[in-house]
Order: sequence, then structure tokens, then C-alpha cells
Amino acid sequence: MTADSAVELIFATRSDYHDAVAAKRAEGFELCSDVCAVDYLRHPARPLPEGVDPERFEVVVNLLSLSAKRRARVRVQVPESDPVVPTLFDLYPGTEAMEREVFDLMGIRFAGHPDLTRILMPDDWEGHPLRKDYGVGRVPVQFKEAPGPR
Amino acid sequence: MSPEGTVKAGHWDPAETAEGAQETLPSPVLRLPEGAVGDASAIDIERGDDDTMIINMGPQHPSTHGVLRLMLELDGEVVVRTKPIIGYLHTGMEKTAEELTYVQGATNVTRMDYLAPLHNELCFSLAVESLLGVELPPRAIWVRMLMAELDRLCSHLMWMATNGMDLGSTSMMIYGFREREMVLNFYEKTTGLRMNHNFIRPGGTAADLPDGWEDDIEVICDTILARSYEYDELLTGQPIFRERTEGVGAITAAEALALSATGPILRSTGVPWDLRRTMPYLAYDQVEFDVIVGTYGDNFDRYSIRLNEIRESIRILRQVRDAMPSGDYRVQDRKVTPPPRGRIDESMEALIHHFKVFTEGFRVPEGEVYQRVESPRGELGCYLVSDGSSKPYRLHVRAPSFVNLQSLPHLLAGGLVADAVAVISSVDPVMGEVDR
Repeated sequence: MTADSAVELIFATRSDYHDAVAAKRAEGFELCSDVCAVDYLRHPARPLPEGVDPERFEVVVNLLSLSAKRRARVRVQVPESDPVVPTLFDLYPGTEAMEREVFDLMGIRFAGHPDLTRILMPDDWEGHPLRKDYGVGRVPVQFKEAPGPR
Repeated sequence: MSPEGTVKAGHWDPAETAEGAQETLPSPVLRLPEGAVGDASAIDIERGDDDTMIINMGPQHPSTHGVLRLMLELDGEVVVRTKPIIGYLHTGMEKTAEELTYVQGATNVTRMDYLAPLHNELCFSLAVESLLGVELPPRAIWVRMLMAELDRLCSHLMWMATNGMDLGSTSMMIYGFREREMVLNFYEKTTGLRMNHNFIRPGGTAADLPDGWEDDIEVICDTILARSYEYDELLTGQPIFRERTEGVGAITAAEALALSATGPILRSTGVPWDLRRTMPYLAYDQVEFDVIVGTYGDNFDRYSIRLNEIRESIRILRQVRDAMPSGDYRVQDRKVTPPPRGRIDESMEALIHHFKVFTEGFRVPEGEVYQRVESPRGELGCYLVSDGSSKPYRLHVRAPSFVNLQSLPHLLAGGLVADAVAVISSVDPVMGEVDR
């Protein structure tokens, strides 16, 4: 399933996601190296262990333990109808920008995030570009406050 | 707190997230919507409008290293809070990567961090190779290591140049560019290009090293090592430079870890974390080098870390030159790498393989992997998901500049606005990588 076998892989549900990461933090994973999300719309039949129900989105958190020189990856399934997961900001303040990026590009909301706004796209942008059903190549370039057609 | 992101300025209470590492951090981050800076009545801060003012710096500011915009809240000359605003260079490269085959993918990622392009290629290629399960020939590994260290050299020299310029030393800028030019000339000879090389590809490298590369490396190492001591004379011992850097933009190890900062920022606080040493990739476990750490986490520590990493890179380059194994520079697997050009005229099979590799690409087994390398700016990660086709299903790049930029408000808080330029420089953000 994963090519980097040295990584500890944890599948969490949405309800125990925050607790699972908090437990990892208590275990000595001092640094959260990455938060990202994958939209499995066109690849629903991915290999998952028993008991994990595939949903459209998956939030992937990569943790790093400097003292133990180990990595752990937490994967949590997020349904399309209610794409909300708790924020990790209270555990790792460094996830602030990463969660904003996931919200901006994938449209997953992080409950409790202090400033969940768009970070890479313009403030008034519609849609979330990294979703698989977002059109490619058909979006006109938008300039803020540009004069309209004459 | 609304999940829609309509948090009003000044309404964020740190006590709301009092658990864990949050407690150690004050709130130097300005939580204001992007558009609110023009509308003074919308600014709701407890200090009152007379005490502080909010000014914009950038995106068209020569010292913001590209198109970084900062909203600074100033109390006189002291920076109270900061909000970095990014996205001006966002071109959707992660989305583009989903439309390109694995063969084309390296041309895309190399444009992210344009000052260390080979590290992007390296990280992407290592991720693809770990999904493919191919074993590289030893020469490919060592050629990659040689190029990666030249890349680090090149990036740090560029940083020395721009940092010197930000602090008013124009001569340093010229010297930095002069030395970097030597490395770029070697790049041109080896890869054909000065940047955006597409040299490190899944399966090995695009070409072998040019004839006489040992002599070129020797000249580069000797010249730059000798000149790095000239930088010492120019900057390190200079009282004005020391006053502008010592104690400026300080951060503690706990803060750096909480903010996920890596690279020179984390090492400047005394944490000896360098992926080349702690989680070795390529053949870094077979060469000798020192991990440079600082003590105070200030600008001067970050300067000395980068200056000494130039010297360590030269040390590695010399060992790589002496230990370079002979053999092939890419795997001889016709499903992954194209056949040699000469074979195409003679063999139908070679022609078909060549055609297939460059039109369809190769299929990568289903799976996901997080691959990381130590780029000059910190941990460069690549999270790759494959659905078994010849294009990545999802490619996420953990850009060190993007993450390190979060520590900027904390470095600036309480400092003078005149030092802001120096602090931005010491974080070393590359906006191409921040915005991707």
C-alpha cells in the first residue's frame, strides 16, 4: 500500500482524528511536516485496510519525530457531503498555512482554525481547483477590479 | 468560530486554543482579511488607531524576494504583528502535474524552487522510483549527489548575494553572483541549461557528466572555498553587519518546531536536524560532513549556517569526485528510461520503446509515498499518489519556503521595521515554491 515501509501508517476516523494526532504528539512526534488532501473521486477503489470505508476526500498528515528519527502518517476519510475535520492548530501551530492551503485548493474546512481564508487563490475565487471535478483550461483569467468589456 | 473563515480582526483569542504548544507562542500574526487594509474603519484593534498603523510592504518591493506582500502593524518603528500574503505567483503546478506523465513531471517540478531546481527533480524522481521499486546504478546515485550539492552551493551563494544587498553590501551581491556563475557554467555544460534542468529524471539522470568534469569541480571547489574566506573578511567580522544581524529576528527551538520550520531556521536554534545526516538518502551516509548548528536562532546564526554549509558542500563535492563509481548513469529498464539514441536507428524494438516512453510514459504501480530530501531551504517533501496509470493521481509538494514563511511574523514581532528586510532575507523564501 505504501512504498516507504519505514513509515507508521494510521487510519483514523473523523471523530478520533484529533485524538490520534494528539496521541502521536504525546508519543514524541514534535513536528508536523505536512498536511495535504487527496480527492479520490476518480479512483474510489484504492486499497484500504479492513474496516475503513472509502470516502471521496482523504486528509493526509505527515508527522515527524526528531528524537526517534521516525515518521508517521495519519490518513482520515472525509465525506463529500460534510467536508469538515477538526483543526490541528492547537497541537501544531505550524499547520496554519497548510490547512489554509487545503481549504483553498480542496475545499475541506477545518473546524476551529483561527483564520480559515483563501491563501493561494484570490479572495473572491469560486470553487476549489484541486478537486477532480474542477474544470481545467476553461476558466477565464480573473483580475480583481479590472474594467469590464468596453 | 465560524468555519467559513470570517474571523474578524482582533477577535482571535489565544486562550481559545490554550492546549499544547500554542501556549508558548504569543500572537504576532495579524488576522486581518486581505482587503481590509484599505478600509481603516474595519480595523478593530484594542490599541486604537492612533497608536498603531497598518502598512503594506510589497508585493512590488525590491527586498521581498519576489512577490511577497506583508501587512505590517507598526507601533512607531516597532513591528507589532505581521501577516504575509502570498499567492501572486500561484500557477496551479500541483494541478498541472496531474495532467503530465511521469516522464514530463520533472520539467514541471523543477520550476517550483527555481533557485534549487535539482532538488525538486531529485525529490520527485525518488518518489516515483520508490513506487516503481527500481534500484538505481551506483553512478546515478553519485551523479545525483554531485548535482544536489552543487545546487546547495548555488542556492546559498545566491542567498549570500541577496542578503548582502538587503543589508547594504552591494559588493557582496556582485561576488555572490560571480561565484554562482561558475556553478551555472558547469550546469550548462552538463545539463544544457542554467536553470530548470530536467536533468534528474525517474530512473537516473538525463546524461552522463561531461568529459573533464573532475577538473571543473576542482576549480569550483578551490575558488569558492578560497572566496568564502573573503566573505568572512567582508561581512562576518564587520561591526555594522554584526549589529544588523546579531539578536535580530531571534526564534527559539520550541517555537521553530511548533511552527514546523526546517532547514537553516531550525538549525539556527541549535537543533541538529539535517535529513542528509538524520535520515540519509542517496549515498549521504557514505560521505563525511558536519551538520552546522547555531545557538541563538538569530539572523547572524542563519548567516553563518549558510556560509559554513557552503564549505561543507565543498567538502562533500571533493569526496564525491574521488569516489565517483563508473558504470551506467540510469537504469537499463526500457520501460522506464529511453534506449540510447544510437540504438534507435538499428533496432525496431528500441524505436518502439523510445516512442512509448515519450508518448505514453510508463505505468507506476498503485500506491502512495511521501518522499523527502533536505533542500537548501529545509525539508522538501513530495507526497505522490498513483492510481496505476502513467500520470500521477495527486502530487503534493511540501515546499519548505511555504512552511518556513509562517515563522516570519514571529521573527519580526518586536523588531524594528528597518530590520524587516533583513529578516525576510534570512528566512530565504523563494516565491515560486511558496505559491507553486
